[in-house]
Amino acid sequence: MSLASAIRTRDLNELPSRRDEDWRWSDLKAVIRVMPDPSPAAYTAAANPALDGIDAARILYINGRLVDGGRIAIPATGKGAFVRRFVSATAETAHHVDAPVEVGAGGRLLLIDSFEGQAAGYLASTTGAIRLDEGAVVERIVLIDEPEDAVSVARFEVQLSEGASFSQTVLATGAKRQRFETHVAHPGGASVRLDGAYLLGGARHSDQTTVLNHEGLAGLSSQLVKGVVADRARAVFQGKIIVAKGADGTDARMGSHAILLSDRAEVDAKPELEIYADDVQCAHGNTVGALDDAALFYARSRGIPELQAKAMLTAAFVGEVVVRIGDDAAREMARAWVEVKLAGLV
Amino acid sequence: MLSIQNLHVSVGGKSILKGLSLDLPQGEVHAIMGPNGAGKSTLSYTLAGRAGYEVTEGSATLDGQDLLSLSPDERAAKGVFLSFQYPLEIPGVPALTFIRTALNAKRKAKGRDEIAAPEFLKLARAAATGLKMDFEMLRRGLNVGFSGGEKKRMEILQAVMLSPSLLILDETDSGLDIDALRIVSEGVNNLRSPDRSMLVITHYQRLLDHIKPDKVHVLAAGRIVASGGPELALELEREGYDKYGVKEAA
Ligand SMILES: Nc1ncnc2c1ncn2[C@@H]1O[C@H](COP(=O)(O)OP(=O)(O)O)[C@@H](O)[C@H]1O
Ligand SMILES: [Mg+2]
Repeated sequence: MSLASAIRTRDLNELPSRRDEDWRWSDLKAVIRVMPDPSPAAYTAAANPALDGIDAARILYINGRLVDGGRIAIPATGKGAFVRRFVSATAETAHHVDAPVEVGAGGRLLLIDSFEGQAAGYLASTTGAIRLDEGAVVERIVLIDEPEDAVSVARFEVQLSEGASFSQTVLATGAKRQRFETHVAHPGGASVRLDGAYLLGGARHSDQTTVLNHEGLAGLSSQLVKGVVADRARAVFQGKIIVAKGADGTDARMGSHAILLSDRAEVDAKPELEIYADDVQCAHGNTVGALDDAALFYARSRGIPELQAKAMLTAAFVGEVVVRIGDDAAREMARAWVEVKLAGLV
Repeated sequence: MLSIQNLHVSVGGKSILKGLSLDLPQGEVHAIMGPNGAGKSTLSYTLAGRAGYEVTEGSATLDGQDLLSLSPDERAAKGVFLSFQYPLEIPGVPALTFIRTALNAKRKAKGRDEIAAPEFLKLARAAATGLKMDFEMLRRGLNVGFSGGEKKRMEILQAVMLSPSLLILDETDSGLDIDALRIVSEGVNNLRSPDRSMLVITHYQRLLDHIKPDKVHVLAAGRIVASGGPELALELEREGYDKYGVKEAA
């Protein structure tokens, strides 16, 4: 059951629906009534100026086909920086692509994955295994910028070895249905950051689902997901942390915080901790609230107009996710991206 | 000139200001003294335009223009500045960013260009030095982790940077030790000018040893019940507010 198999088999019964516990807030069956034709090959995509500041090799996928560049495989102790664009370019069509990543022992990778919708009403599915060998270090920033009538699902499986470090920041503006899943197998003795932010307006939906499996001793993980939801938009955050029997010394922290800018906006957050080990440190916090009226008045009393004050305060709220990005250029790109998207919401 | 006539204000359906009248001519400094709960902060917030402070009767004008129909930011653009009794913390917004945004908003309202970064930093440095503040504090989230006294200095620093024509100081002395009180008062005194009026709101007389008012008003139970020269503050210090028919809550 997945969007990928539904696209492959053209069988709508393969679509996950509200009857599947993990999909109850992101029902695909309800929004996909006919399976569109497969996306045609396409070779040109509009430029994305948001990525201009990043000095990295470019990889381009259009409609689920690799058009430029190759697979990412960093050799042991090697170093790489890539911008991968996944562009959906043909309206009312469907496509799937698998885009794996490998980083050898001691290798380093900066990866910007940009999901871009340049047409209406498409279905897009993306999967990928991301393998980090011993001591590999990956920082990944994911930008998801799609039209309001698109449906997209991405699912990445991250496999870490000892001493590896995986840091991810997913920034999403939603679609008709938009789901980004990250599954991490954490061997212990490694470190993981799994952050996200959602900036939603209109009738958009965005789902960030993570499953983090602490399987060995002394694993570190930290997760901060924040978002701003306006109008009738709906955010979903499902964060599951499993600490296996014997995974002692695990330190796992999760925070999920949202600001609702309207009465009809909604956040469905489900943090789940399943702990089977004895000696662990796990903490999670979950808040949903409105913008702080007192802070807003304070800013306005200093002459900052209402919309600008709201944009400033929400940007500061989401900024706590952005500042955790380690790479300077990527952080600046993310900051600017968030600023632009928020300006359209408040 | 700030002119308040017969102002009635309710908060949460409860009547707090009950016919307050006050004239503050341009260039003058007036003190408003009153016991806890008299309505001093209610007056401050009403003049600044906070939501929930419902004006049921009366008027407030600045230089003949109605203030009460304007939004808080429009009032600020007209020159109103309230130094908060309890300044807010704004995590994630460095003080410098906050002040530059406010200053540019004000310039924009006047049809002026944004201030150039070097000029802004120069002004901010000078203001911080004047208030004996560590400039590095201005790079941190506004007021986050600041002591009470540091927050009050930050308020005055913003007033210096934004150069208002009407400065309302709501219990700027509360929470200040004697050194901080002197520094903050000096900052306020430096702001005295023929084209700026000040409303110095306080519970205690000691602030008025440092900031000498032209006039003193007593606010009790939602109205101005007495007005006089600086000697009135000394009298209040000696005799308390009893003769105005109010008992202070312990
Ligand atoms: N938000 C509010 N809701 C209801 N009553 C309030 C509110 N704020 C203040 N008050 C009441 O209004 C009165 C005046 O308060 P305030 O203006 O803060 O006095 P002061 O600043 O002189 O100490 C007090 O009785 C206080 O309890
Ligand atoms: Mg008060």
